[in-house]
Amino acid sequence: MIPLSHYLIVGALLFAISIVGIFLNRKNLVIILMAIELLLLAANVNFVAFSHYLEDLSGQVFVFFVLTVAAAEAAIGLAILIVLFRTRRSINVQDLDRLKG
Amino acid sequence: MTFLEVVFYVFAAVLIASSLLVVTVRNPVRAALFLVLAFFSAACLWLTLEAEFLAITLVLVYVGAVMVLFLFVIMMLDIDIAQMRAGFANYLPLGSIVALVMAGELILVMLSGEFGATELPRPAGQAVGYSNTEALGRLVYTDYVFAFEVAAVILLVAIIAAISLTLRRRPETRYQAPEKQVRVRKEDRIRIIKMPRRPEEKS
Repeated sequence: MIPLSHYLIVGALLFAISIVGIFLNRKNLVIILMAIELLLLAANVNFVAFSHYLEDLSGQVFVFFVLTVAAAEAAIGLAILIVLFRTRRSINVQDLDRLKG
Repeated sequence: MTFLEVVFYVFAAVLIASSLLVVTVRNPVRAALFLVLAFFSAACLWLTLEAEFLAITLVLVYVGAVMVLFLFVIMMLDIDIAQMRAGFANYLPLGSIVALVMAGELILVMLSGEFGATELPRPAGQAVGYSNTEALGRLVYTDYVFAFEVAAVILLVAIIAAISLTLRRRPETRYQAPEKQVRVRKEDRIRIIKMPRRPEEKS
């Protein structure tokens, strides 16, 4: 049977890939938001795996709340992105250094 | 190798490959579509862990709502891809070193013998009549009901924040002013004047 460590390794690889995605796409805010979604997915994979192997449903309840918060974060992040594009005509993260006023 | 193992390794490989493509592909639309594939394979992995409700929720909420939102935004904005890719190669060595070290450390911990097949054996599957949704619902509406309400408030705040951030007042658009409309009196609108019935009947 599949040991728990294999699920955890999948989660770890996903986490590392999303970190490298944030490093690589330092200018593109859309890809950074997608990498954050992947990062939360990696955490959720670990939660579900532990919940199954320890036979405790609380882990799945926690994944439920993480999904809620991630959806809210994606919505607000994309709204900020649209406002940013409307005022600056670019979504370059390096244009984001003047947020005052 | 049982059928479940084949399913696990196939979907895990698809998940890792598609998430690699999400962060490296040039076109943001393709990145969003590969992210859909990644979420879908993750949902299949969760099905092998008997988390049926969460797997379906992941497909419905993420593939159905969040990724469509991402695609809308990407296609609405006119993104200069060439400018976005500048510096991609510069960050590659540092990023890959950090990621390799992090993944190596995590994998070392996970293969250390604490999470192997003998220490934490895979539990036998649930009975046929078992409902994951029902069990999860019982837990959410009893032990975690306060957290559930807080999650609802967070979603409400997110709705209001997203709408108020993107609401745009165009100067050329004409708006109604209901508070002025209901406060209007008869004297402001019509003026009653006394007039003679015929022009020749001067008083």
